[in-house]
Order: sequence, then C-alpha cells, then structure tokens
Amino acid sequence: MESTQQVESTSAAPEEWSPSIVAFLCNWCSYAGADLAGMSRFKYPANIRIVKVPCSGKVDPMFVLKAFESGADLVLVSGCHPGDCHYATGNYHARRKLPTFRTLLEFVGIDPRRFQISWVSAAEGAKWAKMVADITELAEELGPFEYFDRLSDKRKNRQCRN
Amino acid sequence: MQELTAQLREKAKELLDAKTVDLVIGYGPTGDNGEMTAVFARKPEDVEKLGLNGQCFRNLAVYLNKPEVRKQGKPAIVVKGCDRRALNVLIRERRLAREDLHIIGVNCDGVGEPLMGKCKFCSVHNPEECDDVLGDQIEMPAEDGQFDDVGEMEQLSGDERWKFWSEKLGECIRCYACRQVCPMCYCKRCVVEKNIPQWVETSPHLRGNLSWNVIRAFHLTGRCIGCGECERVCPMAIPIGLINKKLTKLVKEEFQFAAGMTDDEKGPFSTFDLDIDTDKGIL
Ligand code: SF4
Ligand code: SF4
Ligand code: FES
Repeated sequence: MESTQQVESTSAAPEEWSPSIVAFLCNWCSYAGADLAGMSRFKYPANIRIVKVPCSGKVDPMFVLKAFESGADLVLVSGCHPGDCHYATGNYHARRKLPTFRTLLEFVGIDPRRFQISWVSAAEGAKWAKMVADITELAEELGPFEYFDRLSDKRKNRQCRN
Repeated sequence: MQELTAQLREKAKELLDAKTVDLVIGYGPTGDNGEMTAVFARKPEDVEKLGLNGQCFRNLAVYLNKPEVRKQGKPAIVVKGCDRRALNVLIRERRLAREDLHIIGVNCDGVGEPLMGKCKFCSVHNPEECDDVLGDQIEMPAEDGQFDDVGEMEQLSGDERWKFWSEKLGECIRCYACRQVCPMCYCKRCVVEKNIPQWVETSPHLRGNLSWNVIRAFHLTGRCIGCGECERVCPMAIPIGLINKKLTKLVKEEFQFAAGMTDDEKGPFSTFDLDIDTDKGIL
C-alpha cells in the first residue's frame, strides 16, 4: 500500500512532468511529412518520439500496448491518406484494425484519447506540426497515464496486484 | 436425449464400419452426473462411449487443429450449431478443407441448466451444411437483448470500467486455458510465447495480464463465434467472454459481419469496404 502512495505522489508532481508521446509513422507519407516540418523549420513540442514503420498497416496493436507499457502517455499512429498508401491498401486495413483496437482499449477502461490515429501526407509538414502541438496539449491535459504508470517498471511497483 | 444418443451411436457405427471415416469425435459421459467430455471413437465398438445430453458444452472443433488428431485419418465430428460456425471459420481460414471432414450436426435447443446465456440468443439451433443431422428441427426464436451486458459495461464511466477490469484481470493466473480451448487459437506459437522480443509479459501481474487478455480478444475479432468456452473454462472466473462479445457487437455494427455464418466469408480484418469504412475518429 505504502508504495502505491509513493507512486501517486511521484506522478502528482505536475511541474516536473511532461508527457511522452510515441508515434508510429509510415515511411512514405507521415515520416516524410514530419521531415518536411523539420526542414521547413516549423516548431512543435519535443515530447514526441518517432518510430518509423513501413506502412500504417504494419502497426500491430501490440506495438501500441508495448508503448503504453513502456511509459507512453499517448500513442499516435500516422499513415498516408486513404488512396495514397505506398502499398495500395495498408491504410485501408489500418483504418479497420486500429480504431477497433481503440474501442477495445476504451472498453477495458482506458481513455480512448490516449491513442490517436492520423493521416499526414509528405506535403503536410504544417499539418504535422500543428497536430503534434495539439496532441501534446491533449496529453498534458490528460495528465500522466496513471493506470499504466502504476503498472510500469519505471515506478518500481512490481508487486501491484490491486 | 436417449433417442439422440442411440441415433448418434448408430450413425457413428455405420461410418466406422464403412470406413467412411477413421475417427468419430463426439461427446460421451464422464462419471455419472451427466457431465460430458470429448470421446474419440476409432473402432465400431467404441461407439458405445458416445452420448448426447444437455451438458455437451465443449466445442469439439478445437481438436481438429491438433496434429495428433489429424494424424488419425479422416474425422467425423459432432457439432451443435455454434460449433458448426467454428468449423466455418476454420474452413475460411484454410485450416480445414470441407471435404476432409464428415460433419454430424445435432439440432440443439441449448445446453446447461439453467440455459447458457449464448443459447438464449442463438440463431443457429439447427446447424446447416452438415453431412448428417440428428434430432428434430428446433423452433426457438432468439431472445432480444443479446448485447445488453456489453451495453451495461459501456454505460459505466471509464474509471469504473478500469476498476472492474483491473480487478478481474489482475486475478488471471496465465494458465492459458482460455486459449487452449478455443478452436480459433491455433497458432503454433502464440504471441504470448514469443520472447525475442517479448511482447507480452508472462508473469501473472496486471501489466502482462492486461496485454494478454486484450490481445487474446483482439486476435479473435471477427473470428470468435461466441461458443463461450474460454469463459467457461477460466479457473479464475474472469468474464473474458464479455470482451469478445464487445468485439462481436462492434464488427456487427461497424462491418455488418458475424463470424462463421458461411465458409467463404471474409473476416473483417482481411478485407475492407470503401463504401462503409470512414475516417471517423482519425485526425
Ligand atoms: S474466443 Fe471463446 S467464445 Fe470465442 S470462439 Fe474462442 S473459445 Fe469460443
Ligand atoms: S483461462 Fe482465465 S486465468 Fe487462465 S489465462 Fe485465461 S483468463 Fe487467465
Ligand atoms: S505506406 Fe503510408 S500508410 Fe501504407
């Protein structure tokens, strides 16, 4: 019990905390879009960590869970706009799979806003920068992902069994 | 029921005698309280072990995935309507070929006392596309409110749902009985056993338990036919069937799909439909 309280007090120190966001970006559109944002010197918050994947259709929901388990407060998957997938249909599959997974997370009590999905093309550097700013703000508003925080290694709370 | 048992034995004997099949996978009593277990009849005289009653809970389709069973030659399998749907999923996923199977369907008015929940909402009391069918046609309209329990859960706040599930899933002992009993969990190496890298932690701790139970259900999206076996065998009485049911409801509403109704259907994740899929909720 004691350790749980300790955990709460660590995670309730707002001035030290800033959200971590893990983003899975498809190589062909969204990654290039983020690159363009950088080359165009658009500013956006640095809370986001990008993982390049071949295609949004490649993103296994397991990646998302793993990111949460490892301490992400928000996870983003971004791919090409429908119709533009480099592999023709990857994002059509992602469009079924990922929102379904989000609903499943919601059903077990996880705030669905913690898992975001977007389409960002290689030309949409500005959209990318704005969106990252928006979701970073959202993550700040949502606060530390306590459910997973309490379960995570980082917090040294391994005995947690309710 | 007596009569059905006699019919089943007669049919099984006929099939084994004629060598139409090498093996009949059916139900048979274990102990004397009417409990039923799986019976594998290989010789005509084995058919005396077969039986049918209102406690034939098991979904025998799971055995068709086992190499040690398949090795024994062509099987005949006894199925209720729900189990028949499982066969459809296995056939559509190319696990089985229809012609390699002899299907003995049993018209079923429900199992369990009181009736199992799934049986009240069942729309397949009379299994279709079988080689033989035992029993009289059953007229038993499905009750309304199949997804009421899912709806109740959805009504709760996120925090309440988290409290419920973290308590329940925290109790999972990771025995994987739910997986072993499911006809659709046939991977040779389950994601939970992959350890380089390890995707799901294996110790019975809420973190890994949450991932395990969520991913188990997710992998069954559009494949689970709702036989309820996973929940029935869970030694910790975790209502895992409810998670599957949520997904069943979702695929029905979003993709107008129900698993296992035919053997050439396409699962909701192996296809897409530009007419009904939208960018709802995507930035
Ligand atoms: S997940 Fe459970 S209810 Fe669904 S098919 Fe498998 S054992 Fe049956
Ligand atoms: S059967 Fe129950 S206790 Fe065993 S792994 Fe499945 S959910 Fe956990
Ligand atoms: S390559 Fe970008 S979504 Fe498939």
